Amino acid sequence: MILIKVIYKALFTLSLFLMLSSSAFALTSDEAYAVISNKQSSFDAKLEAFYTLSDSSEKYVPVLIDAAKNSNLYYSRKDSELYVLANGNYFNVKTSKVFSGKKRDLKRVAINNQIRESLALLSEMKTLEDKTLSEDARIESAHNLIGKVSISDASRLQFIRDTSISDFPELAENLDYVIASADLNSQEPKIRNGAMRILANLNSPILIQKFEDIAKNDSDISNRVYAEKIYKNLSSTQSFYSGVETLYFGISLGSVLVLAAIGLTITFGVMGVINMAHGELMMIGAYTVYVMQQALPNNPGLALLLSIPMAFLVSGLTGIIIERTVIRYLYGRPLETLLATFGISLLLQQGVRTIFTALNKNVVIPDFLSGAIKINDFFSITYSRFYIIIFCLAVFFALRHILKHSRLGLEVRAVSQNRAMARNMGVRSERVNALTFGLGSGIAGLAGVALSQLTNVGPNLGQNYIVDSFLVVVFGGSGNIWGTMVAGMTLGIANKVLEPVAGAMLGKILILIGVIIFIQRRPRGLFPQRGRNVED
Amino acid sequence: MVKIKNLFAAMALSTVVATSAMAAEDTIKIGVLHSLSGTMAISETSLKDTLLMLVNEQNKKGGVLGKKIEPVVVDPASNWPLFAEKTRELLQKEKVSAIFGCWTSVSRKSVLPVVEELNGILFYPVQYEGEESSKNVFYTGAAPNQQAIPAVDYLLKQGVKRWALVGTDYVYPRTANKILEAYLKSKGFSDKDIIVSYTPFGHSDWQSIVSDIKKFGSTGVKTAVISTINGDANVPFYKELANQGVSAKDIPVIAFSVGEEELAGIDTKPLVGHLAAWNYFESVDSEVNDEFVDKWHKFIGNESRVTNDPMEATYIGFNMWVKAVEKAGTTDSDAVQDALIGVAVPNLSGGIATMMPNHHITKPVLIGEIQDDGQFLIVDSTKGTVVGDAWSDYLPGSKDLISDWRKPMKCGNYNVKLGKCGGSADKK
Repeated sequence: MILIKVIYKALFTLSLFLMLSSSAFALTSDEAYAVISNKQSSFDAKLEAFYTLSDSSEKYVPVLIDAAKNSNLYYSRKDSELYVLANGNYFNVKTSKVFSGKKRDLKRVAINNQIRESLALLSEMKTLEDKTLSEDARIESAHNLIGKVSISDASRLQFIRDTSISDFPELAENLDYVIASADLNSQEPKIRNGAMRILANLNSPILIQKFEDIAKNDSDISNRVYAEKIYKNLSSTQSFYSGVETLYFGISLGSVLVLAAIGLTITFGVMGVINMAHGELMMIGAYTVYVMQQALPNNPGLALLLSIPMAFLVSGLTGIIIERTVIRYLYGRPLETLLATFGISLLLQQGVRTIFTALNKNVVIPDFLSGAIKINDFFSITYSRFYIIIFCLAVFFALRHILKHSRLGLEVRAVSQNRAMARNMGVRSERVNALTFGLGSGIAGLAGVALSQLTNVGPNLGQNYIVDSFLVVVFGGSGNIWGTMVAGMTLGIANKVLEPVAGAMLGKILILIGVIIFIQRRPRGLFPQRGRNVED
Repeated sequence: MVKIKNLFAAMALSTVVATSAMAAEDTIKIGVLHSLSGTMAISETSLKDTLLMLVNEQNKKGGVLGKKIEPVVVDPASNWPLFAEKTRELLQKEKVSAIFGCWTSVSRKSVLPVVEELNGILFYPVQYEGEESSKNVFYTGAAPNQQAIPAVDYLLKQGVKRWALVGTDYVYPRTANKILEAYLKSKGFSDKDIIVSYTPFGHSDWQSIVSDIKKFGSTGVKTAVISTINGDANVPFYKELANQGVSAKDIPVIAFSVGEEELAGIDTKPLVGHLAAWNYFESVDSEVNDEFVDKWHKFIGNESRVTNDPMEATYIGFNMWVKAVEKAGTTDSDAVQDALIGVAVPNLSGGIATMMPNHHITKPVLIGEIQDDGQFLIVDSTKGTVVGDAWSDYLPGSKDLISDWRKPMKCGNYNVKLGKCGGSADKK
């Protein structure tokens, strides 16, 4: 056993040596190092230098390539040494010493996309070859290489595969896929056929195009037939998952619509106030996130969580002030309310422009909200959307609980059904109005927090959502939060189903036409409110 | 009491008379027509500030023709018909000798008939779709052949084989994409290699489109996205790209409307490597640019404010106007229009911009990659400058048209084949 390992090691070194000698570049690794640390080098020269280094056996190479790939590689203007940025310190690539000079003498090594792509491949190769790394990491690297290696690289991988088959069968299997994906380009029909047989088990869209090509153009008829079969299989899996994806996108768009509209359900539906400033209350919520992140610059995630109650309070208080100073004088006069609140919305927008300037503000997306969970190669769920769906449900059920089981909820329902009767029973309708409006506005603030993660935080944020919000509320039946939920989800899913078929523009138009026809048939929406006063 | 009131009135009156008399004699007025409120305020406000800075500086040097320049700032509020009204006000009431303004193509189209009717001069500082040439408009932004076509050439060099054209639904993206589609087809690509999609202004839900791009681009063939998405909609688009893990090394996005200012509202770490094509970047390495950026920071009082391409175009336009007025020796509209052709001024990337007879200027084309500090790293640039072409060579209706506003031709759409002016159905 030991003997075998020794032989493998010898073979491995030999193969590295062969690779070195096979590369025709005249660069030595020191020269390559100098090319990379020189500001004047062209991108092509740098790329060649990186290739030279990756073939050399210098110890620092994996670190250097990894740093370059992540834009963490710096050169010193003073002595042309390379430094790696890690944990806020700059380490010399060769000696690992911490850089002690002035920070502005260090400049980032500029790379372009082509170099970035090559470095990514090189670093995947290095990961594969590094036996000290975990098997999972190496499997991941193998997976990333499928369809990206040439036949000559594949022979290098064959060696790793053969040495790891006994200890790491899963890695070997993934390497088989990588090698087979390279073999698809082989001149020999038999090799292509063998490669396809291996790849038929691999359920990944990365090779769809390749199979389609073979199905159409291969010289060998049996290859064409076989490729056609795999291609059909893959396409049907792909279209199944894109259906699932559309549904998920629809639900996530729906939850954004519900979040934006649910506060309006309270103010418009329950209180009958046409609040054109609803969008601006969302905008205030989004700006609250920005301010909180400015206050806690090192902890954007915590700032975001804290801004949930903050936004509720800030927007809620703004809402109460609007109600106390303007709207309470205008109850029962919808047109004047509309105009007054429209005026307020302009005031708030221009106010924000004055305080924060007209430019959009950069709200940081915390790490736990960026990226996606990969279900398989066809389908992944983005974290931000996933959390917004959860957030929407949480807000929805919390609101439902307040309306059903709290004193405020009871009073709100009483006042909305019959104001005079409620007052006779001792309900202070003035106070209830202010609190209800505050509640609706606070929820708008919460929607703003969610939107800050998805879209621009700028003075126009509200305008983009106000029409959609009214659409959802009217479609759902005013005053009914279940109606808002169902309407929001319906519109979201319908939008996403139509979008790939009809395009974003036409899709939106079709939705609007659909809602108009629906409202003509059922003017009170999906779930009309019942009550004594409902005709008012 | 009455006396005091009268005294005040008299004083006020005399000052008004004095200032207006001074204005008539000692200043030359220019109009600044950029939205300071509404959706476009985000982009246009900095152009207004740029102009005020340039005027300020020119006045310190002694103004023009020995007179001070007086900027008249109006706010068309991102409202297209209001652009036309404000133009009329600037030309008829304020009698400005030139207008610097507009951003969107639709605002320019709305201003166009008014400047033509009143024979004014408009400097338009933003990249646009071309297919237009007016006696009264001077285009200091890029025509498609100074931005879109070189960008595609760069991607072709990078081995891109499939193209997703994504844009906002209005005149600039529609025309630019039409030109690009024709250009790509002339390079041997078929309909299967190109997908096109349009979205409404301010589109914020990019899930499906990004997912489609990802599907289109992750089948083993090198794919790039050409984005003509306008303004605000870019932020959610890039956020969605980052979320779905579309990185620049897999599917690079090259944008024609995303500059330093648009990036200021985004966390650019996940976007490193995505591209933009412009004629100027703040990161351009030249002495004039360093000087300009310093002056801008000083003027605006904020070190973190960026400069961008339309600001450079404004800078060029203003300097061209100053030079032309001095060359003509008068602010008379026709004389300045004639004098402008052939005027050459330095641009900010260390070269020279010349006003051509078709009222477009010469520009270098730069391709930049987004960096994590919100700036661009220039990865490719044309050898010299490129002459702006008003009529695209890749569209059937316009490839025979040329524009030359010198005497004796004096025509914006001369049809070379028919040998006469006004040879196009799209008469300008």
